[in-house]
Amino acid sequence: MSMVPTSNAFKDNATGALKDAPLQEALGIARAHSIETRRNTVAKLPEFEQLRDIGRDLKNHVIANLDTYLLQFEQSVIDRGGHVHWCPDGDSARAKVLEICRKVNAKTVTKGKTMIGEEIGINDFLFANGIEPVETDLGEYIIQLRGETPSHIIGPALHVTKAQVEETFRKAHSDLDPQRNLDDAATLMAEAREKLRAGFLKADVGITGANFLIADEGATTIVTNEGNGDLTQTLPRIHIVLASIEKVVPSLKDAMTLLRILARSATGQEQSVYTTFSSGPRRPTDLDGPEEFHVVLIDNGRSSYLGTEFEEMLRCIRCGACLDHCPVYHSVGGHAYGWVYSGPIGALLTPAIVGVENAKPLPHASSLCGRCEAVCPMRIPIPKMLRHWRETEFTRAITPPTERTGIRFWAFVARRPKLYRLATRIGARVLKSMAGSRGRLASVPLAGGWTKHRDLPAPQGKTFHELWKEEQGGRS
Amino acid sequence: MSTGTGRDRMLASIKAGISRQAERRHGAAGPAKPTPLIPARATAPGVDVVDLFRTMLIAAKATLDEVKSRDDVPAAVQKYLAANNAEARIRLSPDKRVSSIAWDKVPLLEISSGRSHGKDPTSVTPAVAVVAETGTVILQSSDQTPTTLHFLPDQHVVVVSKSQIVGTYEDALARVKRGPDGGLPRTVNFVTGPSRSADIGKILLMGAHGPKKLHVIVVDEEL
Amino acid sequence: MSSQPEAAQPLFKPGANVALFVTCLVDLFRPSVGFAAVKLLEEAGCKVHVPEAQTCCGQPAYNSGDREMAVELAKQTVAAFEGFDFIVAPSGSCGGMIKHHYPQLFAEDAEWGPRAKALAARTFELTQFLAEQCGRDDFGAKLEGHATYHDSCSSLREMNVKAAPRQLLAKVDGLKVTEMQETDACCGFGGTFCIKFPDVSNSMAARKVATIDATGADLLLAGDMGCLMNLAGKMQRDGSKVKVRHVAEVLAGMTQEPAIGEPAIGEETGK
Ligand code: SF4
Repeated sequence: MSMVPTSNAFKDNATGALKDAPLQEALGIARAHSIETRRNTVAKLPEFEQLRDIGRDLKNHVIANLDTYLLQFEQSVIDRGGHVHWCPDGDSARAKVLEICRKVNAKTVTKGKTMIGEEIGINDFLFANGIEPVETDLGEYIIQLRGETPSHIIGPALHVTKAQVEETFRKAHSDLDPQRNLDDAATLMAEAREKLRAGFLKADVGITGANFLIADEGATTIVTNEGNGDLTQTLPRIHIVLASIEKVVPSLKDAMTLLRILARSATGQEQSVYTTFSSGPRRPTDLDGPEEFHVVLIDNGRSSYLGTEFEEMLRCIRCGACLDHCPVYHSVGGHAYGWVYSGPIGALLTPAIVGVENAKPLPHASSLCGRCEAVCPMRIPIPKMLRHWRETEFTRAITPPTERTGIRFWAFVARRPKLYRLATRIGARVLKSMAGSRGRLASVPLAGGWTKHRDLPAPQGKTFHELWKEEQGGRS
Repeated sequence: MSTGTGRDRMLASIKAGISRQAERRHGAAGPAKPTPLIPARATAPGVDVVDLFRTMLIAAKATLDEVKSRDDVPAAVQKYLAANNAEARIRLSPDKRVSSIAWDKVPLLEISSGRSHGKDPTSVTPAVAVVAETGTVILQSSDQTPTTLHFLPDQHVVVVSKSQIVGTYEDALARVKRGPDGGLPRTVNFVTGPSRSADIGKILLMGAHGPKKLHVIVVDEEL
Repeated sequence: MSSQPEAAQPLFKPGANVALFVTCLVDLFRPSVGFAAVKLLEEAGCKVHVPEAQTCCGQPAYNSGDREMAVELAKQTVAAFEGFDFIVAPSGSCGGMIKHHYPQLFAEDAEWGPRAKALAARTFELTQFLAEQCGRDDFGAKLEGHATYHDSCSSLREMNVKAAPRQLLAKVDGLKVTEMQETDACCGFGGTFCIKFPDVSNSMAARKVATIDATGADLLLAGDMGCLMNLAGKMQRDGSKVKVRHVAEVLAGMTQEPAIGEPAIGEETGK
């Protein structure tokens, strides 16, 4: 039921994305914007780097005690009058959500932005079962109307230009005056606000994600800028929280560490507009709030990465900074990655969740430039783990035979210095003579990947080791 | 593999992972919980938290008014509504800190109190505290302070006393009124400025779903 | 892992035995960079050695997921270089492989782990070694021109090389240096990445070239042959007039060789 990955077609997806003019326009705007705002805000908090260290250590501690904290969380939620449902995979999570919705005969469900919801394909599933899911995050709403998936963890509609939003709204809001003026982004937003207000007020169930689960308080946390998540969870009778297991933190004090780095990394804000801690249903004398509070705890393969070289990816707080700073993402956007998560963290998570054989190119779709790791608030060594995926592919013989043979042949030579010297001497001369007097080559057999867009500078003629030997001969 | 409840299976798989971790550590102790760090911005000696709050609140694109006494609040609210072309109609939290203000001093103001159903242009509510480090308003749910007033109206006016201005989130959390069982209230909200979105062409706009405007009135005396 | 003591970093003294890690690309494509490095090191008071048994640091295998071959080549390199006081490479990429990745490759290896760590502690990128270990920044070079310096990702993030090349270039007589925007962005090389994903790589290179062009410089310098060949190839394909050189050539005053991808003086760039 969840989305079928097209990650194996990354190369073609990417080439298509590079030719998509509106997408390139949108990516250009986003790039200019995000790097600068993060840099400025981070510069204003001298303790930022220290907070990153503490955040990393905190998550490492949680990951090493995950069972303890989840059990504590469960007990605290029950103490506050809520329910916790343990779902090992997408199937069980979807079934549980449906069961809760059915119990109250839900017709419509409002949704705050949840990546785990995307991961398990909850929208399509509810829709197929006769329940209408209404996305309320503006970006999610836009892509829901367009029938698309998110192209960025925190800006799901990052790939959509303003002109395309107008076109989408005209089509979807066909009850409104077709002559209305929608030139202004503000008018577009006001229209969505109106439309979604009605949705909020009539929904039977509200589904949100969770940025953190607070173990000792039994509270879930969402962080948003729009306030949609709060309306989603305050107005309907039932609030369902979808949360993956690694979101748990010991206490509110620990959550503060992460809250001080999340927004700064994500949007370059000092703080996001709304951070909400929710625990349990409305209290007997409360004037509003949901009557039931359910937390659906989802594993979906994560626990199998504990104690492996991939476990550090479980520190991710989904801030999107790695996407915002990734030159590959800047070039191709999120959809090229072919599944729910994109950019550097997507290249790690996608193989982990859908299987590396279904996401073969993703670990390679990186120059390993390390800019993601440099900005990741949780100091996740993304390049190192991309390399681990490459190693996994190599060991499982997923790497194409030509590449394997090529590497092995080259290594055979490189392990024999005398043979290597001979090979490089021949290579340098051949390339030099092919270049003739031009100093470079416009095409080289078997090197089409290099020469498709660039020339190959020709060697100077002799190798360094050759010349060094000659010179040493001369010196002595 | 798929025997037992989902809970059992998940816990078993997590435990298996945790033993793998221990093996990889070769018997060394697991990572300890680090001590949180509170940035010095609002705690360093000599920092004026009131001043810092003013700066950070404005940076978050909220607005601020400061008055001497409780009795000055109605006029300040009226002035704010007029300046923003808003209806002279407010919905109050039933909480004494705002409901006991002498609102009848401004006869033209239409007053009601209780939760919101989405038809209230402006709400006036108290807060747990306001935080200087990022200009953040801390709110909580209770039988006196319905959450709907914090999110549904177009304008949200928060009235706090000067003594409610604190330096850090931690200071504010210590002031949350907990339930009889010592637990958190149903919800605690950190609000930093008015609702916003940049989802349309990366253009930052105020008022996506929550209040389009956030206004804080600081009263010198206790509420 | 914790049983391995942190290897101490030695202090530089004149006459120190410095082994040059030539790098595959310098060896094959641009030996003049190697000779420039030798000249700079000798001027800085080093006794330069070029170990015979060196070939490649193993990075291509490592980045392709062939850990077994990467380990073999790493052992070969460690064995070839561990007898010297310092190891210097005219490349942040190969330097980063030795300094940053070898210790990780051998993290669980009781024999090779400590040897790799000891080597890592003595390995430096060329400009970094000159400025920070030898304490030398003025080599008396002269060059009339306007340059911009590109940080390779590995130099910047694996080797922490940022100030050194700029400090050295500031001492080149007649050379004006202008910083480009987004100095921390990748040029799109990435080893086999640029061959596997030519379109993506090209788009990255195009953005980098735009920032280079915006400086108005007529000379692009960097400390890594991979980036240089990528950018030279891209700019020449697009008809740019910007010349491309390794920073060592300029610092050593050895700019008589044609720039990267340029014909020898007097020869035509005929198509
Ligand atoms: S990997 Fe790091 S930078 Fe990327 S989304 Fe996760 S926390 Fe943010």
